Formats: sequence, structure tokens, C-alpha cells
Amino acid sequence: MGKMVLEGITVVDFGSAWAGSLVSRTLGDMGARVIKVESLKHIDVARILPPWVSGQPITLNNSGYFNYMNRNKLSITLDVSTPRGLELCKKLVAIGDFMIENYALGVMERLGLGYEAVREVNPRIIYVSMTALGSKGPMKNYVMYGRPQVYLSGLAHTTGYPDQPPHCMNLSWGDPVASIHAVIAALSALRYRSKTGKGQFIELSQGEGMIGLQPESMMDYILNGRVRTRQANRDEFMAPHNAYRCKGGDLEWVTIAVAGDEEWESLCNVMENPLWAKDEKFADSYSRWKNQEEMDRHIEEWTQRYTNTECTEMLQKAGVAAFPTMSNKDLVEDPHLNARGFFQEWDHPELGTKRYDGLFWKLNKTPGRIEKRAPLMGEHNHYVFGELLGMPQEEIDQLVQEKVLF
Amino acid sequence: MQESALSGLNVLEFGNLVSAPYCAKLLADLGAEVIKAEAPGLGDEARRREPFAEDRPGIERSGLFAYLNANKRSITLDPYTAAGKKLFLELVKKADILVENNPPSLMERLGLTYDVLEKINPMLVMTSITPFGQTGPHRDYKAYELTVYHGGGYGYLSTGCFSEPVMPPIKAGGRQAQFGAGQVGTAATLFAVLARDQIGAGQHVDISNQEVMAGLYESAIEHWTFTANEIGGVTNPVVQPMLPLQCKDGWVFIMCIEDFQFNNFVKVMGNPEWAKNELFKDRFSRASYIDALTPLLTEWTMQYTKDEVFRMAQAGHVPLAPAYTAQEVVNSPQIIARDYFVEIDHPEIGQVRYPGAPYTLSETPWRIARRAPLLGEHNEEIYCGRLGYTRQDLVKLTAAGVI
Repeated sequence: MGKMVLEGITVVDFGSAWAGSLVSRTLGDMGARVIKVESLKHIDVARILPPWVSGQPITLNNSGYFNYMNRNKLSITLDVSTPRGLELCKKLVAIGDFMIENYALGVMERLGLGYEAVREVNPRIIYVSMTALGSKGPMKNYVMYGRPQVYLSGLAHTTGYPDQPPHCMNLSWGDPVASIHAVIAALSALRYRSKTGKGQFIELSQGEGMIGLQPESMMDYILNGRVRTRQANRDEFMAPHNAYRCKGGDLEWVTIAVAGDEEWESLCNVMENPLWAKDEKFADSYSRWKNQEEMDRHIEEWTQRYTNTECTEMLQKAGVAAFPTMSNKDLVEDPHLNARGFFQEWDHPELGTKRYDGLFWKLNKTPGRIEKRAPLMGEHNHYVFGELLGMPQEEIDQLVQEKVLF
Repeated sequence: MQESALSGLNVLEFGNLVSAPYCAKLLADLGAEVIKAEAPGLGDEARRREPFAEDRPGIERSGLFAYLNANKRSITLDPYTAAGKKLFLELVKKADILVENNPPSLMERLGLTYDVLEKINPMLVMTSITPFGQTGPHRDYKAYELTVYHGGGYGYLSTGCFSEPVMPPIKAGGRQAQFGAGQVGTAATLFAVLARDQIGAGQHVDISNQEVMAGLYESAIEHWTFTANEIGGVTNPVVQPMLPLQCKDGWVFIMCIEDFQFNNFVKVMGNPEWAKNELFKDRFSRASYIDALTPLLTEWTMQYTKDEVFRMAQAGHVPLAPAYTAQEVVNSPQIIARDYFVEIDHPEIGQVRYPGAPYTLSETPWRIARRAPLLGEHNEEIYCGRLGYTRQDLVKLTAAGVI
């Protein structure tokens, strides 16, 4: 087992849902001790998000979403809105290296846990604040979630079919984009601190991160005044470039993307050089791009004779970029991902043994690990307050009675 | 001038298009020195991708390239030639980090695998970003953006095969998958850089674009392993309204996860009589009757522009946002107030704005110190200044097609 890069690093985690939780989870995967701060007064919304095991009554501990997002973390239930809770939180902050939060703008300040207050206790801390739209500007207090952010960032306008509404990807893409950006900033700040001893404040607007992932449409407007719109699967110059129906019908698709004549000829060879493909309309890249709607119908006649894995194997062997449109089930059963050890199983007192997706980066000498399942609500109160902060048992019991630990 | 978080780190980039260049850009913008090795004459493929300034193609005119490669120095180098390979290895010797996104089989053919490079520079962090990773049965599969977006599961979530009429599932605009892989590449590279100080050695970072997408899948994997629900639970919201609504001039997206948010929206709409209907009493019931609810909501939103609906909804604390175009993003008062876009001057493109910092760091700011390089612009600076070649050597190397 490799060494842990972040061994000895402590994260005070006020992250919730996806964006904040993924930052601390990533640090935890590489060895940091992550202390997730919640209370019954304010639980992480992920605890009440689907999926749940069919037929199992919903508890605070058995959400698939929560368990996916909070492996390797410790959970404490500390009501920081009480004076005693705040005092204890500051003791935690004093031993922390990172503080992560993605509350609405101003919440941490109102709780007395804004950067200025935290820095007074611990000037070495690296404080990551992930607000929806940033801490200044006319929209700074707007209420946002990941999917509306896909709209506001301009991405939905270029996602979808031309004659259908803008599409939100059915996923909060802005969340992980912000999370991984936050990890990059946090690790850079850690390197700086190891050289200078100085902590710092990192701020992200979750909406802005996604704008930087769309230079094609942003720069087309800036350079040419052109507003790009929805093109479904179409590319700027590649064609064929689409998902094609396979033998299994509406739920089985293979994507094929062809750049240039060489790949086109390989595709034609695999399709056994049908007559239609010799038509002038498809003779060069530009003509294929112009006539792709008609070409796609022909290609689909061929793909429908096979399964999407058959299409993939035949085409890849010939050097054509083809691959199934993978469902969640396809991914879990995928021989390639399994050969790489992407999925992991672990046990949980309420869920039993379940499979989860694991780390999505591989370092050959310090790989990181999944050591702990996601914590039950308040599971580590005794460890954190007793062992880490050295409080006697009676005092902890007292805090429970006073609903400071709640 | 404040210090940079990553100053003193030397990065060699041997990459094309988006994933490796974005990875190296994130490092460069925080202070690392990036040398970009490009193919003589051709350069990075992104140089030949749209959009071009004023729609006039040219390898120094791509907005995509100029955005991704500011803050870097460009050298040309053909690693297929013996002399070019020698130059590459000399650069590797001086580098802290090598970022590349070439097919694993190509790196093997070139003799530039981690095993080889580690012997030349044991402290090297080598980050390889590829569609399917360095190992496994699909590692040599060919792939483009479309392939990895659908291959990582995101296509199946999209509109398309689950809508009426059935249409092909689709990818998002641009190259989201490759950008995602680039980001993860940067984070993982920094883990390896931090580990260097502890283990006294570099290492190989293997990023699979498919894994990045499948790992950033918002619990869709668990939808299968927990409920054997292939997709419905992910794409059909169990609470509503969570959908696009048409306005006079475009669309907005409303997302009321909690009941109070919808109640707020009812107030914003002026408490219409229909809102008292039992069918719409809570978020689950609204999901069951969303087909009846949508036209009623649309009747109201169609009276206004998307920005009017946006302002009214947000004043009532309703999570709702308009579908902005690139033009509306660039000119958004919020984006302008935060000085998000940054101006950079460039001899062929002129002085224009580019997307800016994804984060602000109080002590070690993100910054653009130099525009994107012209192809081979820094050959003399690097080969003569750093590796000790003479200008006459460069003449010979150029004539031989090495640089």
C-alpha cells in the first residue's frame, strides 16, 4: 500500500450536496482526515436524495447519493448556531488545514465562521468558499442549483436538438466542474503554504467555472459575433458524427465519429462498401458534412443489424472511433472499467455490501484508497470530541443533553 | 507583485486539442512555466479548429487555441526523428511535470513511456490523459469527444432515447468531457507533485476520460447498484417542477426541489386559482401531474421575457435561470461586475476578451502573463537559452525538419 499524500492533513468540511462534498471527498481519498460537520438542525441535503434500495425505509444514512459522495469521511453532529457549538467548532478549526464550504453567500459569516473569524483562530488555514455566483455583483444572492447553472452559463443553449428546448444534461455539471477546480486551487495553496507558512482564502463562483469550459462558443461570439445554438451530436467539421440505433432498438446506440477520408474509407470497408457510399454526395469531408442527415439514415440501416458492442468491435478494429452509448448498467458491467478496478464494494450497517464507483485517477506510487464507508449521522462524535479534542466523556454527554451535539 | 502558487514548477506539454492543454493551462495560470512541444509546421490540432478570428482560418487565428495556450511557450519538435527525440529527452530531464494526451501505443512507438522517462528523470511526474487510460482491453480504442461523452455514460442521461419522439441520445455543447479530464489531470498532477517531497520520486498519473465521466455521474452508478434502475430514476425527476419553460424570447429552467420554493413561485405568479388544485399540492404529486402543470406555468412565463421571469423569480427566492446565449453570458451584469473575462492582445487576433479565472486565491492570484505563443516562437529561447544549442544548430535542425 502506497503512502498517503495528504496524511496528517485535516479538513473541516462544511460541504454539502455535490459541489462541496466532492472537494473534501477527493482530499479524503488521498489520505486527508475529513470531518464533516452537520447537525439535525442542518443536515446535508444529500442524505435525503435518491437512490435508495428498493423497499427499504428511508433513513438519514441509507441514501445512495450520500454514500457515494461521502466515503472516507468522519461525521459529527455539532450545532454551530449555539454559542458552545461555535466555540467547539473553533477548536476544530484550530487543528484544521482546510475548511470547505458551499453554503449560500453570507451564511458562514452569520454563523461566525467566515474567513476573517476563522483566520483569527488559525492563520495557516486554507479556506475554500464555493458560492453559486460569487461574493459580489448584482446576482450574488440569487438562488441556484447545478441544472439552472447549466442554463445561466450558456451551455444549455448549445446542448440539445435545434427544434427542442435547451437541455440541462440531466445532471448538475457545474457542481463537479467547480469541485475539481476547487481541489486544484486548494492543492496549489497547500504547496504555497508548505513553502511560506501562509494560509489563504479561495473563492469560486460555481457558474463561472463552466464558462471557461466553453471557449468554442464564447470565442465565436467574441471573435465573429456569432451566437452558437443547439446541434445535437453534430461536430464543426467531422461527419459521420452521431449516435446510431442498433439491434436492440431505441435503447441501444453506438456512436461513430469520423475525421477525414482515411477513417471514412475504413468505415465503408466495415459496412462492406455499400452502393450509397459511393455517391458524390459523400465523396469528401465537406460533402459528407453537408449531407450528413441523409448519410446518417444509411449508416443506421447498417448499425441496426448488429449490437452496439458488435459495431464497436468491428469498427475499432478498422481504426474508426466507435463506442456504445453507455448506460449506468453498461458501465457497471463494462469489462474494461472492471479490469482497471474502477468499481469497489464496501459494507454498511444499513445497506449491506454494495458496489460504488471509485477513484477516477491512478497514481502508480501514491494511489490513494477508500478506507472508510460514508459515516452514519454523528458516528464520530466520540472520536472527534473525545480523542481529537481530548474532552472527557461526561462533558460530551453533557453536550448531547444540551443539544449542542445534536 | 504577489507570488504565484506554482512558481518554480517546470512543465513540458506534449499534447493536442483540449485535455492535456487545459491541464497545463490550469498549472500555467497559477504560475508554473509551461513549454509546449508542437509538431513542426502543423502545431497543436487546436490551431486548426474553429472559431477563427473573423472567420479567417490560420494556425495563429484559432480562438480555441489562443484561450487554451496563453501563458505557455511554444517550441517545435518532431519526436519521430532521432535528433528530435534527443531534444525531447533533454527537456524531460529539466522538467518537473510532463503532461501528454497521446494514444498509449504512440508513446510506446516513440519510446517515450514512463518506464523510459523515469530512468532519465526519477523526479518526473508524468501525466497521461487518454480516452480509456493506460491499461485494460479498450486502452487503444480510438476516440473523440463524442466517443468519451457517450462512453462515460453522459449521453444516456440526455434527452433523446427517453423522449417522444425517440431521437439519438446526444452530447453537450463543445468538449465538456475533454475539459473534465483535463481538470482531473491537473488535480491528480498536483497530488503527485506534493507526493514528490514525501517519497523523493515522481510517478505516473493515468487519467481515463471515460472514468472521469463515470466518476462524475451524480450517483447514476448507484441508481443501478442500489435499485437496478437503469435510467428512469435519473432522468425522470421524482419531484417537480424541474424543467425548461418557454418565455417570449427563449427559455428558463425552474428547479423547485422543495415545496416552499414552488409556493414562492406561486406567489410570484400572483397566486393563480389553479395553484390550489389538489393535484399540485406537493412536489411528488406535481411530478405525477407534470403534464397538466407545465402548460399552466407556461401560460404565465410566455407573457414575459426570460430575463423578466428570471428577475421576478429570483426576487421571490425561486431557483430559476434563463438559457443564456454566449452573447448574453459575455454581457451579463454579474459577469461584468466580477471582471470575469480578461483582455489579451495577440498579433493576429488583436485585443479581445477571453474566459478568465475559475477561482480567486487571496495570496497567490491567478493571472495571464503572456498571450498564446506563435508556433515555435520560443525555439531560440528554449533550445539556445536553456539547452545550450547555438543559433546555427537551430538552422540545421530546422533544415532537417526536426524543429
